[in-house]
Amino acid sequence: MIVSVASGKGGTGKTSVAVNMALSIRKVQLLDCDVEEPNAHILLNPSIHKIEHVYSLIPRISKELCSYRGECAKFCQFNAIFATSEKVLVFPELCHSCGGCAMVCPEKAISWEKNKTGVLKFGSVGNLELVYGELEVSKPMAVPIIKAVKKQAKSSVNVILDSPPGTSCPFVETVKDSDFCLLVTEPTPFGLHDLKIAVEVLRKIAIPFGVVVNRAGIGDKSLYNYCAEEKIRILMEIPYQRSIAELYSKGIPFSLEMPEWEAKFQLLHREIEEIITK
Amino acid sequence: MKQLTILSGKGGTGKTSITASFAVLARNAVVADCDVDAPDLHMLLHPEVIETSEFKCSKVAIINEKQCIRCGLCKEKCAFEAITEDLKVDAIVCEGCGVCKHVCPANAIIMIERISGNAYISKTEYGFMSHALLNPGESNSGKLVTLVRQNAKTIAEKENRDLIIIDGSPGIGCAVIASITGVDAGLVVTEPTLSGIHDLKRVLKLLEHFNVTPLVCINMYDINAENTNKILRFCKEQGIEVVGIIPFNPEVTKAMVNGKTIIEHSPKSSLAEEITSMWRKIHVVLKSSGN
Repeated sequence: MIVSVASGKGGTGKTSVAVNMALSIRKVQLLDCDVEEPNAHILLNPSIHKIEHVYSLIPRISKELCSYRGECAKFCQFNAIFATSEKVLVFPELCHSCGGCAMVCPEKAISWEKNKTGVLKFGSVGNLELVYGELEVSKPMAVPIIKAVKKQAKSSVNVILDSPPGTSCPFVETVKDSDFCLLVTEPTPFGLHDLKIAVEVLRKIAIPFGVVVNRAGIGDKSLYNYCAEEKIRILMEIPYQRSIAELYSKGIPFSLEMPEWEAKFQLLHREIEEIITK
Repeated sequence: MKQLTILSGKGGTGKTSITASFAVLARNAVVADCDVDAPDLHMLLHPEVIETSEFKCSKVAIINEKQCIRCGLCKEKCAFEAITEDLKVDAIVCEGCGVCKHVCPANAIIMIERISGNAYISKTEYGFMSHALLNPGESNSGKLVTLVRQNAKTIAEKENRDLIIIDGSPGIGCAVIASITGVDAGLVVTEPTLSGIHDLKRVLKLLEHFNVTPLVCINMYDINAENTNKILRFCKEQGIEVVGIIPFNPEVTKAMVNGKTIIEHSPKSSLAEEITSMWRKIHVVLKSSGN
């Protein structure tokens, strides 16, 4: 079973929920797909046993073969190639690696070269396996790294995906093949507003979901009203407690210090299993 | 004209609450909400939309089933796995590159323009605001950020405003890069957690890469004094000015629930004072910055 943990609004507690759930269940693999700002490893302190580079493929244009007709630049929808009658420039940060330029080149002057955009790190803590990606600073495209992280998912274990915030492509890429998505939010106007956008996306791509209310007790009741009206299940509430915030600040998953939460996260995972097998 | 971007790396550190307060304090700045996939600033500033434009910047493939000979070449050549087993286009995954149309031997594929969202120019009590909303699940947030910034610039020039305040999104990817290129200063709002510090360092590297003057604000500093000290020491070593140190205060959430900025909600609080003093310091930095 693949469960993704996402949110819309940033800083609602996605990583906390993903990590605490991963620590509470057995045979589990946690994949941190927030490759722009991965944080699961900060809470887990894993020993890293392997690092792999992630590359995107970008066109290399042979000066000898090129006839400077600019067909490649005309085809490229992403403005990644700029061509004049004597020069062709490639902008790797704009390239989506679709391969079109090489297909339309009349001289077969385009080959592919690797452009490093990030790394994958493989680690473990006890029986918990962690894989996380890191987008290289200054590189814009997170999605190819997210894809590389997701490829590491094993079919024989419980997979938990920690999603990046937001509701656009990095979020969609993370959650799209999940069996279930847990949306972590807080009962504030911002939390509710961004939750609604995330719900719209999940309904559009038909992924079952439920809500975890973090920092319960702050804000107002409108989140609860919305969930009731929309028949969205609230699967867990984590109260606002300074002690939880302080543990997080030190990089300690709160279920390790507050053992009653281990059972609650086990129950949460079991409930999700029941929902999707129903 | 000066431009300031508020960013954070890690989400939920208080960017939007702080940006909204700045909008009130700056009087007459143009505010741009560049967190286009989860914009929240409008809930504090209550903009009245005066102009809406559709955001179109990419295409999507459509397969004409009558003409399709079901050869599957489009599926084979698509780099994004956007064509399903039964040879239909998954519009959410399609990036609009046009490879499928190019390889289709039956001319069964056309590329149409897709509307990915809307951009708005609005008026608030405190000046003009440029903002946008990406349609659910759409991509291209970087390009929409660029459009929001262009709109902000156009209105600032037209109305003779000399400052644009930009609310950025979390992360360090395309949308964030689009929100910091060419600005005079980037204020990173961080929190004294290990994750906050990790993300702060990455976002500071990004600012350095794009040659943007960095400033730091530590929000909720009293959650962990030791980590606050770590951030202060780190910034000192790096020669980065820490312009604000703000305590945790439940009034921030209360202001949000009331749809108000902190400055309006509790003008006499020490919180409002701290934000005002931070704004003054930023103002000095912006004034002395080149261009």
